[in-house]
Amino acid sequence: MRCQEFVELVTSYLEGDLPEGDRAEFERHMELCPGCERYLDQFRTTMTLLGSLPAESISVSARTHLLEAFAGWRAGEDDGRA
Amino acid sequence: MTLVLTERYVATVSAGDRDLVEALLAGDETAFASLVDGWSGSMLRLARSHVPSESVAEEVVQETWLAVLRGLPSFRAESSLRTWVYQILLNQAKTRGVRERRTVPFASLVSDDEDSPSVDPTRFQGPGDPHPGGWRAFPEEWPEHSLLSREVLDVVRRAVAALPERQRVVVSLRDLDGQSAEEVATLLDISPGNQRVLLHRGRSTVRAHLERYLTDSSELEVAR
Ligand SMILES: [Zn+2]
Repeated sequence: MRCQEFVELVTSYLEGDLPEGDRAEFERHMELCPGCERYLDQFRTTMTLLGSLPAESISVSARTHLLEAFAGWRAGEDDGRA
Repeated sequence: MTLVLTERYVATVSAGDRDLVEALLAGDETAFASLVDGWSGSMLRLARSHVPSESVAEEVVQETWLAVLRGLPSFRAESSLRTWVYQILLNQAKTRGVRERRTVPFASLVSDDEDSPSVDPTRFQGPGDPHPGGWRAFPEEWPEHSLLSREVLDVVRRAVAALPERQRVVVSLRDLDGQSAEEVATLLDISPGNQRVLLHRGRSTVRAHLERYLTDSSELEVAR
């Protein structure tokens, strides 16, 4: 396996999608190649950073509106049953 | 009868989903609030891909939650609750997108450079070199302290925003929201292979942005 092939397989490897033979070859390459080992490491770091991006949120007024709608939805349902 | 139903549902829906739906149907406002707080931000992000403005995107999120409430009593648990909610979101967003004359049907979007390489080919040795396909120079080490800076998250955020549409959506759902490969493929109605390719392209591009930022600033330090 060449380095140029290795970098294309990283997500498949991390997803556990590589067939057994390819996975073994991938891991063997990683042991022998400091460049690709570092590449995989940086790829993982990238994923960690992606996962630590601050969450967004809807506006306070939109949220309030939704919670009121939920209360109303319950009330409406109760009326329907009564 | 209840037992039979329960057993059938176990195969398709998690216990967490079942409890959640029951709580919502019972009028548990805390459950609804935590769901709204947990998902609305990422729904907003997804809605933006289909509508022209921030305010319309927020309306789409609101309309989605109202549609969820209307549909909840008949939720069949054929998918996870989240996939079901996000499917409603996508439908709402597409409808609004058509009305606002901005349609972006996900599956029919042209392959935004899905076949382009993950790493700039010039980083690898060519046919005439001693090790064709091997690194010319190994990727440089990233300075550990820079990874903790606020600025680095800005770089990541901008890199995601600049991704081609489909890659941005998949990376957001997978790596920002933490949805599973299966959930994302189901939601976007794409094959598992397509999902993986889009994810890989997107992640690779974000890594390349980080590399440029992190190794440029260390070059500055060396030059100083
Ligand atoms: Zn290598």
